[in-house]
Amino acid sequence: MSAVPQPVSQTTSERPAPPKPSLLRRISTFFHAHPTLTLIALLSLPLLWLFVIYLGSIGAMLTQSFFSLDPFSGRVVRTPTLSTYQQLFTPANLDIFLRTVTMAAAVTLACAVIAFPLSYYFARYASRRAKSILFLGVMLPLWSSYLVRVYAWKLILADEGIISWVFTTLGIRGVLDAILNIPVIGGSSLSFSFLGMFIVFVYIWLPFMILPVTAALERVPNSLIEASGDLGGKPGLTFRKIIFPLALPGIVAGSIFTFSLTMGDYIIPQIIGNSSYFIGGAVYTFYGTAGNIPLAAAFTVVPIIIMIVYLLVARRMGAFDAL
Amino acid sequence: MDSESIPSIAVQFRAVERHFGAVKAVDNVTMDIYDGEFFSMLGPSGSGKTTCLRMIAGFEQPSSGSIQLHGKEVAGVPPYERDVNTVFQDYALFPHMTIADNVGYGLMIRKVPKKERDRRVTDMLELVRLPGIQKRKPSQLSGGQRQRIALARALINQPGVLLLDEPLGALDLKLRQDMQIELKAIQQQVGITFIYVTHDQEEALTMSDRIAIFNAGKIEQIGTPADVYERPSTAFVAGFVGTSNIFTGEVARTISGESRAFTVRPERIRLCPPSTTAEAGIRAVSGTIRDVVYLGSNTRYLVDIGGKDVIVTQQNLETTSMHVIERRGEAVTLLWAREHERPVAVEA
Repeated sequence: MSAVPQPVSQTTSERPAPPKPSLLRRISTFFHAHPTLTLIALLSLPLLWLFVIYLGSIGAMLTQSFFSLDPFSGRVVRTPTLSTYQQLFTPANLDIFLRTVTMAAAVTLACAVIAFPLSYYFARYASRRAKSILFLGVMLPLWSSYLVRVYAWKLILADEGIISWVFTTLGIRGVLDAILNIPVIGGSSLSFSFLGMFIVFVYIWLPFMILPVTAALERVPNSLIEASGDLGGKPGLTFRKIIFPLALPGIVAGSIFTFSLTMGDYIIPQIIGNSSYFIGGAVYTFYGTAGNIPLAAAFTVVPIIIMIVYLLVARRMGAFDAL
Repeated sequence: MDSESIPSIAVQFRAVERHFGAVKAVDNVTMDIYDGEFFSMLGPSGSGKTTCLRMIAGFEQPSSGSIQLHGKEVAGVPPYERDVNTVFQDYALFPHMTIADNVGYGLMIRKVPKKERDRRVTDMLELVRLPGIQKRKPSQLSGGQRQRIALARALINQPGVLLLDEPLGALDLKLRQDMQIELKAIQQQVGITFIYVTHDQEEALTMSDRIAIFNAGKIEQIGTPADVYERPSTAFVAGFVGTSNIFTGEVARTISGESRAFTVRPERIRLCPPSTTAEAGIRAVSGTIRDVVYLGSNTRYLVDIGGKDVIVTQQNLETTSMHVIERRGEAVTLLWAREHERPVAVEA
């Protein structure tokens, strides 16, 4: 706290020279003076991608779905018609939708049930170290080829695979057989059953549920949980009224991944299971084998509509209130 | 508080300790907090005051010692079984619920019928002077409004003790001063014991019936605002509550003839012309004005008395006070009554 501040003498410290007006500086100054141009520079590439390539391809597909296939020449007739959509509603196709949606819903539910406790542990209890190790464990499978992992699972689930070996060695082979004898989900072996397909789907998409749910739970401040307890809420009630509603946007975000990825997948149903069609496989066959592009396009519209309906229902149920 | 009968004890701490690893966050704290009083725990950050509050709420458990709420030992009792509610520093309003659902949360848990709940929420919103905002969400409120809602949500349960964890910390100065007066008024209206944690000594002095001053996990002093301000028992209290001149060692001996440390408040010291003679019972110390800070309602002088700077504040009674700044370098005599000297304990 000295008296009047004295001007610093020129000899003891020199003011740094003003920076030279280089080209880069002039460009920076230009963008600083024109914020609109900055925004355009920032967004032009992603917007180009989004509108031309991304939405453009979906638009082209939607257009295709209103064309039809001439059954004699096998060529696409480019006049707008709803006849392709009528073909969707054959019993065989409805079976495919039902099968796919049921599988997607079951996989989503299983992923949510498995992911939630793990995410809760990540967000609330895990030490920094435990968290990074476990996160690595969750992410590690994503670093190897999807195809390799699915084929690996085919071997694991096969009749000669490790699972049936374990059951046989433990002398409880009968339990596995009993499970495989359950109609619809069973089959000759796990690798030829819907149950096996379900297991592989859950394995493949689980990380896509864990990550958003963990992110959502991490955003719930500890004080909210304390406040609920402080106001008399027992842990169960705190979970129902506070933790779960606040984690719901994360669960919905994760379920969008698991649900739509399962609906669109065409490789797992080909490799695991009893070769019955799923939406993805049907699209593949109509497009590649049958050359019926309009029907393939119409098939693809179905999961989009299902997702839109799903999101509307989720919003109705208040899934996004906590966003 | 009724001065004739001995008030009953709302919260009792006996030799309470709380360790985090090797750190003693709370170190041998013993205190009694009476029913219906506004009790503040004041101290710098990390002094253990918030940990004490969290142990009363049940968010933390003491490592040793005993805590009683209204005569009942509460070690191991979870927060939801305690007759205590908390106003959190970050308000902790539930973002996905309306204001009505937030304020009525405790009543909902107690299964109070919807109609009765709505009525009491309305009453409570009137108490905190925010009527008619039942349908809004916390994100639509300002910081000051959220603070009131947090208060309403805690008070609606009519707890035996209300805990407030620096609830005004995030508000700007003017709003904070208004809320201090309002909080005190609400406390007197509802008659609930308020336990208030703050690091702001002015806040504690404004609102409290009694203050406990915390430092490094220990209580330095417990007393009324006047007690801790006028009769600080340690150098820490003297320095933390208000501003103090603490005279120690050689300087203390030169002035008083004893080496015992003592403090004098800056506003108790008069600034007189040099070589003013002192009457009996008055100390006179000569020095030089080293710096002057003009603060509007008063002026703070820094006077060098040889080896120590003494802070002196004088009220600006005249408009000529604006010239005080020119007094820098002036030789002066400082006068203060010996009765204003407070002997204090100084840490080695």
